[in-house]
Amino acid sequence: MKSASRRRSYGVEGAPYAHPSPTTALKGALRAPYFFLVPAVVLFLLFFALPIGYAVWLSFRKVKVSGLGLGSGARTEVWAGLENYTDALSDSELLDGALRVLGYGCIVVPVMLGLALLFALMLDSEKVRLAPFTRLAIFLPYAVPGVVAALLWGFLYLPDVSPFYFVLEKLGLPQPDLLDGGPLYLALSNIAVWGGTGFNMIVIYTALQAVPAEVYEAAKLDGATPLQIALKIKIPMVAPSLVLTFFFSIIATLQVFSEPTTLKPLTNSVSTTWSPLMKVYQDAFGKGDIHAAAAQATLIALATLVLSFGFLRAANRRNRQDARQGAAR
Amino acid sequence: MPYTKRRRLVSSAVAVALGATALAACGSSSDDEAQSGPVSLTYWTWAPGMDKVVDLWNKGPGKKEQITVTVKKQASGDTLVTKILTAHKAGKAPDLVQAEYQALPTLVSNDALADISGEVGDAKEKFADGVWQQTTLGTDAVYAVPQDIGPMMFYYREDLFKKYGLKVPATWDEFAETARALKKKAPDTDLTTFSANDSGLFAGLAQQAGAKWWTTSGDKWKVGINDAATQKVAEFWGDLVKEGAIDDQPMYTPAWNKALNTGKQIAWVSAVWAPGTLTTAAPDTKGKWAMAPLPQWSDGENRTGSWGGSSTAVTTDSEHKDAAAKFAAWLNTDGDALSALAKESGIYPASTSAQLSGAFTSPPEYFSNQPDFYRKAAEIAETTAPSAWGPNVNVAYTTFKDAFGAAAKNKSDFTAALDTMQEETVADLEKQGFEVAQ
Repeated sequence: MKSASRRRSYGVEGAPYAHPSPTTALKGALRAPYFFLVPAVVLFLLFFALPIGYAVWLSFRKVKVSGLGLGSGARTEVWAGLENYTDALSDSELLDGALRVLGYGCIVVPVMLGLALLFALMLDSEKVRLAPFTRLAIFLPYAVPGVVAALLWGFLYLPDVSPFYFVLEKLGLPQPDLLDGGPLYLALSNIAVWGGTGFNMIVIYTALQAVPAEVYEAAKLDGATPLQIALKIKIPMVAPSLVLTFFFSIIATLQVFSEPTTLKPLTNSVSTTWSPLMKVYQDAFGKGDIHAAAAQATLIALATLVLSFGFLRAANRRNRQDARQGAAR
Repeated sequence: MPYTKRRRLVSSAVAVALGATALAACGSSSDDEAQSGPVSLTYWTWAPGMDKVVDLWNKGPGKKEQITVTVKKQASGDTLVTKILTAHKAGKAPDLVQAEYQALPTLVSNDALADISGEVGDAKEKFADGVWQQTTLGTDAVYAVPQDIGPMMFYYREDLFKKYGLKVPATWDEFAETARALKKKAPDTDLTTFSANDSGLFAGLAQQAGAKWWTTSGDKWKVGINDAATQKVAEFWGDLVKEGAIDDQPMYTPAWNKALNTGKQIAWVSAVWAPGTLTTAAPDTKGKWAMAPLPQWSDGENRTGSWGGSSTAVTTDSEHKDAAAKFAAWLNTDGDALSALAKESGIYPASTSAQLSGAFTSPPEYFSNQPDFYRKAAEIAETTAPSAWGPNVNVAYTTFKDAFGAAAKNKSDFTAALDTMQEETVADLEKQGFEVAQ
């Protein structure tokens, strides 16, 4: 109570340390925030820091087998140093997986965010009809679980059971194999775009709604066309949301797992190690080598961190530069 | 008893302090108490209807011996192996587990399975030698009791074979000729497919050809995945895929179901459990299929491989290994238990005497047109070639899927894919510290 009343007096007088305060009360005031932090810190340590720490610890260990490895005591866990990491970095399959995901991301991210921005702008324009329904219709696929979406599309991609192929055949049009080679990337990207566009659209649309109406009014009085308003006002105003959605999309792309895993049984073209996370899963649960899997998971986490925060940093720097240039003008 | 009492006191004190964690401690202390009295066991299995079979035990022999078994339904195959190993790491594996034969060396090598030779040793005579040998891993120990087996057979559409004028192939050469003849008569139709998504099929075919993928010499493992026999099998299927005589798409997909159901694929190399799969995959063709022995590599030979099959094992974490072993032996050798297993879980028993008993006098419903289905199956089961599993079957199986999947897709050399499988398997053994003989 004491510290609370002291605080209030700070507020009233406006100058916190203007008059001497008893050090004991100050100490209490300093301790209070830590007290309130305790639940969060405990949860963080227990369910975040501890498992990560354990994974990192596992990544420095390995199993050593002696003899035929049968019976008790044949397996011991020993210190491996950086062995698991050098193995992971020299494993061409992990690198190939990263390249595959890069190719996949180059399709998914621009297409998904481009569509999301386009839809958001269209919904925000004045002439749109049935806006609430359209918004819901575009958003709805996001509510479909990723595995279900992948299964659904997988069935549509299989020539023998797909209604699309039935129509193509009846019309005598060419029937591309969507589960092989280059088209496989399109097929996988399509699932992600279908599922993710709605969410990103809502984020951008919400930002558009927050733009004050006076801005548009001023632009209109200056004779700006709707297209000019969209390009010169709306897009720059929602730039922070674009950065945010881009940031989320990069992370989601690097973590792609359920779509290729669900499509894998349908085709020979998706291997069990198609994406880096699939390789981690395969090593941990297919081969039973949790130590190698832990090292790879750590590397993927680091790469994700560097890439996503690298992007955020670059975006922030540009924003600041833009602001400075704007002020100079 | 004073020990138990003290432990109870401690655990209830801990219970007050730690809440949830202590619940487990309480549970285990009551288990200790049970040592002299009634025993309760947990059993991880994926067999459907197993709870009903276990009920027979709990109400009959189990009641007399005060051993109660509880079934915990699990996912099948590799996922369960991982789960058992994880639970074992925490010292909390269940008393009894269902395990496929090829998973036994992996489980034993992780010290997850107990040696129950003392309790179930005399069950040996109920099983074929080749089946029993898989549970001993060639040692004096016994790590499991065989439950079901999957001898491989050749399934074909009887009506379509007649329509296209095809003969049931007795050798693999004839099999290839049949595939080519069919392609000529009906270009849109395939005899079968080479599927890269189930390693067990390929392993069984190699086993039939006489392959020995894992053997031991002294303290060393020898890996023979690319031995002459397996190379012969890989080359055979690779050539068929390359010339387009058969399909190369995976099994168990909606497209595969449709192909079987509409007569686009007219044969399937499978095992004794195929009727169950066909019932769901190709319901419209019921009664049109027939079963024959697998084609042979040379005339006059009579061998088959096995695809699937599992056993019941007792874990090292069990506090009541004797009781668990007693149940495992009853489940897989007792007449009543086996006929219940056949009826409720639809398994094909490993126990030789059960293969022709009550439940197996009439054919599976899907094969009502072949009254001697199970008599023939028992004859084929007898010709099962010995198998040789090692401690990293999982690695070989995974590599198979990727290497052969890519080879089938590119219609490239299957023996190269086989070499990849061999190299990766050896590399993994060496990485783990096993000694590998060259």
